[in-house]
Amino acid sequence: MSVNVKTIAEMKAQGESPEILFWVGCAGSFDDRAKKITKAFAQLLDKAEVKYAVLGTEESCTGDPAKRAGNEFLFQMQAFSNIQVLNMYDVKKIVTTCPHCFNTLKNEYPELGGKYEVLHHSQFLQQILEDGRLTIEGGSFKGKKITFHDPCYLGRGNGIYEAPRALIEKLDSEMVELKRSRANGLCCGAGGAQMFKEAEPGAKEINIERTEEALEVQPDIIAAACPFCNTMMTDGVKHFEKESKVKVYDLAELVAKAADLK
Amino acid sequence: MISQILFAIALGVAIYFFGRAISKIRRNILLGKDLIFTGTPKDRMVTMLKVAFGQTKMSARPIPAVLHFIVYAGFLIINIEVLEIIIDGLFGTHRVFAFLGPVYNFLIGSFEILAFLVFVACVIFLIRRNTLKIKRFFGREMTAWPKSDANYILIIELLLMGAFLKMNAADYLLQGMGADHYVKAGSYPISSWLVAPLMSGLSEGALIMIERGAWWFHILGILAFLNYLPYSKHFHIVMAFPNTYFSNLKSKGALTNMASVKKEVELMMDPNADPYAVPAPDANAEPQRFGAKDVQDLNWKQLMNAYTCTECGRCTDECPANKTGKLLSPRSIMMDTRDRLEEVGKNIDANKGVFVDDGKGLVHDYISKEELWACTTCNACTEACPINIDPLSIIIDLRRYLVLEESAAPQELNMMSTNIENNGAPWQFSQSDRLKWATED
Ligand code: SF4
Ligand code: SF4
Repeated sequence: MSVNVKTIAEMKAQGESPEILFWVGCAGSFDDRAKKITKAFAQLLDKAEVKYAVLGTEESCTGDPAKRAGNEFLFQMQAFSNIQVLNMYDVKKIVTTCPHCFNTLKNEYPELGGKYEVLHHSQFLQQILEDGRLTIEGGSFKGKKITFHDPCYLGRGNGIYEAPRALIEKLDSEMVELKRSRANGLCCGAGGAQMFKEAEPGAKEINIERTEEALEVQPDIIAAACPFCNTMMTDGVKHFEKESKVKVYDLAELVAKAADLK
Repeated sequence: MISQILFAIALGVAIYFFGRAISKIRRNILLGKDLIFTGTPKDRMVTMLKVAFGQTKMSARPIPAVLHFIVYAGFLIINIEVLEIIIDGLFGTHRVFAFLGPVYNFLIGSFEILAFLVFVACVIFLIRRNTLKIKRFFGREMTAWPKSDANYILIIELLLMGAFLKMNAADYLLQGMGADHYVKAGSYPISSWLVAPLMSGLSEGALIMIERGAWWFHILGILAFLNYLPYSKHFHIVMAFPNTYFSNLKSKGALTNMASVKKEVELMMDPNADPYAVPAPDANAEPQRFGAKDVQDLNWKQLMNAYTCTECGRCTDECPANKTGKLLSPRSIMMDTRDRLEEVGKNIDANKGVFVDDGKGLVHDYISKEELWACTTCNACTEACPINIDPLSIIIDLRRYLVLEESAAPQELNMMSTNIENNGAPWQFSQSDRLKWATED
């Protein structure tokens, strides 16, 4: 299914401005699994009649993995050119489905000249649900057990624990917390540019450890809020050969399902 | 009179050596680079009161939290007694605050109860640390010295509290006998029944010996303990306060933007930048280094962190890399930083105030690449630390050095960087395909 999206260049050419800029991110643009999250979120924006735009081919990596891998030069070069583009289009408000992009845009760009209101999609979805711009049924999740894995850069990194839970609450399902959750949440193993390299020698992969914890609560669905956590947890579930029983979904996908979009 | 002189000398010597050790530590910390702080002094004060004074972050583990609070509060309050001991020692008086009457009785009474609680807590701590297999008390960096350090502190506290109660018990008995000099003062809710019976039947002379002996042991012990602090993990009882005052008040997710890089990137990217606006490099200036190779390249807050670390291992216990058997341990990062800083300090002392290159550095010689590259930057360590230490910022600064100065990133990360440079994404996809997701099935 294709989605009808406008780039900010197209919108500006028609003399219009978006309410939000949807920052898709590299995973959201290129990773097959993450693209589904991107689409789900775009569909929700459409359904709620949010006037949004993307940068499209003018978007480039925020530089998060480069920065965390110690390559500050590359990070600041990425930041410099992204900020030029964002400022050229006079962007005011950004929403992103990736906590890494979120953290970088929100916390690291302002000092370099990029000052925007930045929201994670869980926060934005919570807002439009509360405003009544988006309505969902939630009934399709009746009797399902959902657990939530806190992404480090959303939770500990930025103190956002409630918005994702508020969304799951709306799903008419049973929410079970992991043993280690919120500020004590265990990393999925992808952050700090680990996603792009083999792990150092050790006894175990971090995502296996985390998936083990998630499987302990016997969920039907593991809810993620980050494309990288999603990959890590999906791989973990496969490792334990539980993929037919336990699904890993992004919050946007869950809300889209509840909104009858899928 | 002789004992007054001896006391004054002991006090003077102890204060002198403590002062010297502190000024060395201060100098070592100030070897670090300057940094900019955010947040108002009021916010900082509140953080300090909550985290250091109120020990709010200890509550994550309730049992040690309660025991620790007893030892901390007890030790702090009982030390009011030290003031009296010092005055008595210097002026040859005995229980100089006795004139406070009921207030004095109340104070001494509560000191006794606290001393007893501290004693019990220390016994539990010792048993717990040495017989229960609590994972965070072991681990690679917990070598002989850190393990003994922890035990020494507990044993010293036991001895000090023991001496305090013994001194009081003897005093209590002497008061009962109406011995000269021993004015009736204080209340002894613990020592009168727990310790005094052990001394029953002793002569006045023997009791005076015990009382004086315990008195001297107590105060000399405290002065010795004071001088042990700067070399021990126990130094956190001092450093926790400034360290939490200078806590990072920004979102944990934010890393610093390197100002030196910002300048260069602006010059490179901004067509309007005036290259002549930058002063010509000073030939005598130290060559600028990106990231941190050694302790002097870190900022003073990071160095202060190192002296504050109490080696409790809560950070390492929560670290996903360590948990899954990787070499990385955030506690070890802090201990290595302190050890190297001490070494650099000794080097400076030995070379008349200037550091002479010893061919070593914090990275490689103390902290290996394998440790550094295992970090997921998840902030579990900074969250877990009860005194707001930030091992992650050191890891990042060392990574920066490895990448920007040594080009020593793991091969896969070099490929990732190349991809970002060429395609604007960490994978090999073309930027022109960024919108394909919208039209694909
Ligand atoms: S930030 Fe790094 S060192 Fe700290 S807990 Fe996470 S992985 Fe371990
Ligand atoms: S850094 Fe903090 S948590 Fe880690 S060992 Fe030191 S004091 Fe404990």
